[in-house]
Amino acid sequence: MVLDTKYQRFRDEVREFATQVVAPKASHIDQTGEFSWDTAKEMGRMGLLGIPFPKKYGGAGLDHLSYAIAVEEISRVCGSTGVTLAAHVSLGCYPIYASGTEKQKRKFLPPLLKGDKIGSFGLTEPNAGSDAGATETTAELAGDEWIINGTKRFITSGAIADTMVITATQDRSKGVHGISAFIVEKGSPGFSPGREEEKLGLRGSITSELVFEDCRIPKENLLGQEYEGFKIFMQTLDGGRISIGAMALGIGQGALDASIEYAQNRVQFGKPLRKFQLIQRMIADMETEISAARHLVYHAAMLKDGGEVVTKEGAMAKLYASEACMRATSAAIQIHGCRGLTNAYPVERFFRDAKLTEIGEGTSEIMRIVIAREILGR
Amino acid sequence: MEIVVCVKRVPQTEEAEVIVDSSGADIVKDRLTYDMNESDVYALEEAVLLKEKFGGTVTLVSIGPQETDDVLRMGLAKGGDVALRLWDPCFVHSDGYVTASILARAMKEISFDLVLTGCIATDDGRSQVGGMLAGLLGIPHASYVTRVEIEERTVTAHSELEAGLIQVNRMPMPALLTIQTGINEPRYASLISIKRATSKEIRVLTMDDLGLEEATVGGMGSTTRIMKLAPPEVGKRAEILKGTPEQVSDTLTEILKKKGMI
Amino acid sequence: MDFELTQDQKLIQDMVRRFAINELEPVAAEIDRTREFPWQNIKKMAELGLLGVIVPEQYGGAGLDFLSLALVIEEISKVCASTGVIVAVNNSLVAYPILNFGNGDQHKKYLPLLAKAEKIGAIGLTEPNAGSDVAAFESTAVLEGDHYRLNGTKRFITNGREAGVCIVFAYTDKSKGHRGMSAFVVEDGTPGFSKGEHEDLMGLRSTGNCELIFEDARVPKENLLGEEGQGFKIAMHTLDVSRIDIGAQAVGIAQGALDAAVKYAKERKAFGQSISEFQFIQGMLAEMATQIMAARLLVYHAAVVKDRGVPRFSKESSMAKWFASETCMNAVRMAVQVHGGYGYSKDYAVERFYRDAKVMEIYEGTSEIQKVVIARSLLQGT
Repeated sequence: MVLDTKYQRFRDEVREFATQVVAPKASHIDQTGEFSWDTAKEMGRMGLLGIPFPKKYGGAGLDHLSYAIAVEEISRVCGSTGVTLAAHVSLGCYPIYASGTEKQKRKFLPPLLKGDKIGSFGLTEPNAGSDAGATETTAELAGDEWIINGTKRFITSGAIADTMVITATQDRSKGVHGISAFIVEKGSPGFSPGREEEKLGLRGSITSELVFEDCRIPKENLLGQEYEGFKIFMQTLDGGRISIGAMALGIGQGALDASIEYAQNRVQFGKPLRKFQLIQRMIADMETEISAARHLVYHAAMLKDGGEVVTKEGAMAKLYASEACMRATSAAIQIHGCRGLTNAYPVERFFRDAKLTEIGEGTSEIMRIVIAREILGR
Repeated sequence: MEIVVCVKRVPQTEEAEVIVDSSGADIVKDRLTYDMNESDVYALEEAVLLKEKFGGTVTLVSIGPQETDDVLRMGLAKGGDVALRLWDPCFVHSDGYVTASILARAMKEISFDLVLTGCIATDDGRSQVGGMLAGLLGIPHASYVTRVEIEERTVTAHSELEAGLIQVNRMPMPALLTIQTGINEPRYASLISIKRATSKEIRVLTMDDLGLEEATVGGMGSTTRIMKLAPPEVGKRAEILKGTPEQVSDTLTEILKKKGMI
Repeated sequence: MDFELTQDQKLIQDMVRRFAINELEPVAAEIDRTREFPWQNIKKMAELGLLGVIVPEQYGGAGLDFLSLALVIEEISKVCASTGVIVAVNNSLVAYPILNFGNGDQHKKYLPLLAKAEKIGAIGLTEPNAGSDVAAFESTAVLEGDHYRLNGTKRFITNGREAGVCIVFAYTDKSKGHRGMSAFVVEDGTPGFSKGEHEDLMGLRSTGNCELIFEDARVPKENLLGEEGQGFKIAMHTLDVSRIDIGAQAVGIAQGALDAAVKYAKERKAFGQSISEFQFIQGMLAEMATQIMAARLLVYHAAVVKDRGVPRFSKESSMAKWFASETCMNAVRMAVQVHGGYGYSKDYAVERFYRDAKVMEIYEGTSEIQKVVIARSLLQGT
C-alpha cells in the first residue's frame, strides 16, 4: 500500500514518540497496573488525543487514517496505552462529536481533545455484553435533571474518566428503542467509579465499573435525541472497530519486530534461528497476515474519511486484524522459547494484550454476524 | 471387631437437571452420574477408623445390579475388606421394610459386632432402613450419630437432635448406628489401596442364595409404593424487604420462623 | 482394541478427580497469585501415592504404569496446571530416569524420598544457550578422585527452588560430542550448588522455576547416573517418556477450559436466550471437545505403547505432546472467548488456564522440535 508521504511523516513522528515516551514504561505499567498520567499528558501535548477532530474543537484536524496509524504505532510498543487512546478517541469523544449539539461540543470536546480530560464509553453491563441492547441502566427525567440508576462493567478508563458517554433506557418495554445516550461528568452526585478489574492483559489500562445510584445529571446532558441511544452507540462501535483493528495490527507488528530481532541473534544447532524453515514459516505467515490486516484497517479508515458507512469494513478489519494478531503473538512467544514467557521480553505481554482484541468492542462472533448480515440481509 | 457397613448407590442430582419420567413416579436417570450415598461414605470411614483402632474386618453390603460394583469397589479401596452385593431383578421397587429384610437375611450369615449405615439416602430421603434393620436383627440402635466411642463391648453414640441438642445413647454390642455426615473426614483411596482392591472379592448373592421368595420382595412384597414425584411449585410472589441490614435480618428471621423453616 | 479403561484405572481417575476438585481447586487461583510452591497440595498428594505413581512399591511408590500416571496428571491439571507439572516432573523426569538407569543403591537412596515427597525432584537439562539444541549446553563435569567437579548453569528448571534431588546433565568429555555427555544426581546441600531467583513467568507460576548454578560443585562419584557418556541417551529417552505426561497435562488444561466454557454457556443469556443455543458457541464447544478427545487418545496410545515395553516410541509421544499442546492452546482461547469480557478478568479461572497453556507448546521440546522428531521417525520407517 503506497500512502501519501504526509502519512509516512506522521507515522515517523508518532513512532518516535512511542519509542521515546511510551515504550520505556510499557513493562512497568503492565506489571504494576498503574495508569501512566505522564504518558496521557504527553499524548495530549502531541495532539494524539484528538487526531481526527477539527481544530476548532481542539483536535488535530487530521483524518481517520492518521488516527489509525497513531493507534497502530502506540500499540506496537504498548497495548495498554493503545487501548486507552483508542477508547478515549473513538468511544469517549466521537459520540459527542457525531451526535452532540454545538453547545455540547464546545463544552466537552476541547478539554478531551487536548488531553486535559480523559473520556470513556459506558455501554457494557453485567447482563449486557454482546447483547448491548439489553441495557438495564435506567434514566428518568425529573424536572431539569436526569436520574440515572444502574451499573456498567468492563469500561476502559472508567475509574479515571472525566467524561463518560453512557447508555440508559428510558423505557424497558421498548427494548432497544427505549435507550438514550447521556454525557456524565466525574463528580456528578450519585456516581461512583466501581471496582477495578484485574485483567489478563492490557494491565496498564484501567478497566472498571461505573456505578449510578440516583445519579443526577443536567437535562442538557442528553446526547442526541431521546430514544436515539442505540443508533448512537452502533455508529460509535462501527468507528471504534477500526481503532481496535489498528491496535491489533500494532500489537501484531510489535510481536513480529521482536521475533525478527530474536531470530537473527539466537543461535541453536550452530545456526541463527532464522535459518530454520519452521521459524521462517512463522515469520513469513506473520508478515503476510499483518500486512493483510493493515490493508483492511487502512481501507476501512479511508472509507470512513470519505464519508462512507463502514459497518462491514470496520468489522472485517477488526475481525481479521485481531485473529492475525493472536496468531502472531503466539508465534512470537514460540520463537523466543521459554524466554518468551518471562518479562525480560515484551512478547508475553503482547500475547496477553492480544486476546482482548478478539473480545472488546464486539467479539469476533459478533463481527461475523455483522459482516454476514451486511451481505445476506437479516 | 467385625463391622458391616450398608451402602447404597445413588444418582448425583445436586448439579444435574432432574426431570420426572413418564411414569410420574421416578426421575429420568440415563444422564445422571452415580456414587456412594453421602452419609454412607462417612459410615464407611467411621468403620475403617474403628478397624484401624481395634483390628478386625469391614464388610460392605449393598443391594443393586452390577453397576453397584463400582461403589463397592471404591469402598474396598477406601478400607473395606470384603464386599457383598445382593441382587435379583425382582428386588426393584422394594420399600424401606423390604430393603431392610433383604439386608437382614444376608446378615444372618455374618457375625458382626457393629452395623453402620448412612443416616439417610439422598435419593428417597426415607431414613428408614437403618432403624428397621436393627429391629429385624433384634439389636439396639442409635441414629444420626455424630460420635462413636467403644469400650469393651459397649458402644456410646452421640446423636444430633434439633436445636443443637446432643443425645447420648449407650448400648451393648452388637448394635447398629446410622451415621450423620460430618462425623469424620472421609479419606481418599490411595493408589496402592485402589490397586489392592482389585484382588478383594465382591461376592454376589441372588434371591435363591438368600432363600427369599419373589412375593416377599420388590414391588410385590412392599406395602408402600411411590405414587407420584413432582418438583415443588414455583411461587409467583416476591417480597422486597427494606430497611437497615439489622431491620431486614429481623424481619427475615420472623418470616422464616413463621414458615417453620427455622 | 479396547478403548475402555480398566476398573482400577477408573477408580484412580475418580479418586484423583475428587481430590483435585476438593483439595486443589480451592487454592489454585491463590497460588498463581502468590507464586508460592504448593507444599500443602504436595503433602496430601504424596500420602495418596501421587508423587511416586510409577515408582515400585518396594521403594514406597504405587508401582503403577504410565497410563495411570497420565490419568493422574490429566485430572490434576484440569484444576491446577502448576500442581500437575510438579507431579509430572517428579515422576517421569526424575524418578523414572533414576529407576531406569540408576543402580540399586541409587534406587534405595532416592526413590523413596521422591515417592513420599520428602524431597522434590527437578531435571537440569536446559541452559541459557541451549534450549532446543540440547547438545549445545556447556556444563562440564570433571572426575577428580572420589567426586566430579561440576560447573555450569541450568535455566528454567521446574521445581528448581524446592528441589532436593536434581538430575543434571554435563559433559564429561566434550571431544566425543553428544556421546561425551553424562547424567548426575545432585542433592541440595551439595557444596558449590546454589539456586537462582524465582523466575516470574506468565503461566505455571507456582512451580518454583529457577536456575540451578554449579560452581565447582562436588558431586560424589556414586552419583553418576548410568555410565559416563550415557547422558544424551538418558536425556532423550526420558524426554520421550515425559512428553506423554506433558501431553496429559495439556489435555487436562484443555478439558478444564472446556468444562468451564460449557458451564458458562449454559448460564449466560444474551438476546433473550442462553448463549449455548448460538451456533457460534456450539461450533467452538464442538471443536474443543473433538480435538480434546483426539488428543486424549493420542496420549493414552503413547502411554500404552510405552507400558507394553515397545523400545522406541518417540513418534507416539511426540505426536501426543504436539497435538495435545496445540489442542490446549485452541481450547483455552475458545474458552476465554465463550466467557467474553469475563474471560479476560482474573475473577474467572479460564484467565489462568490461558496463561498456563502457552508453555505446553514450548517446554520439553517446542512444537517445531516435535514435528522434526515425528518426521524423522516416519522417514526412518519407524
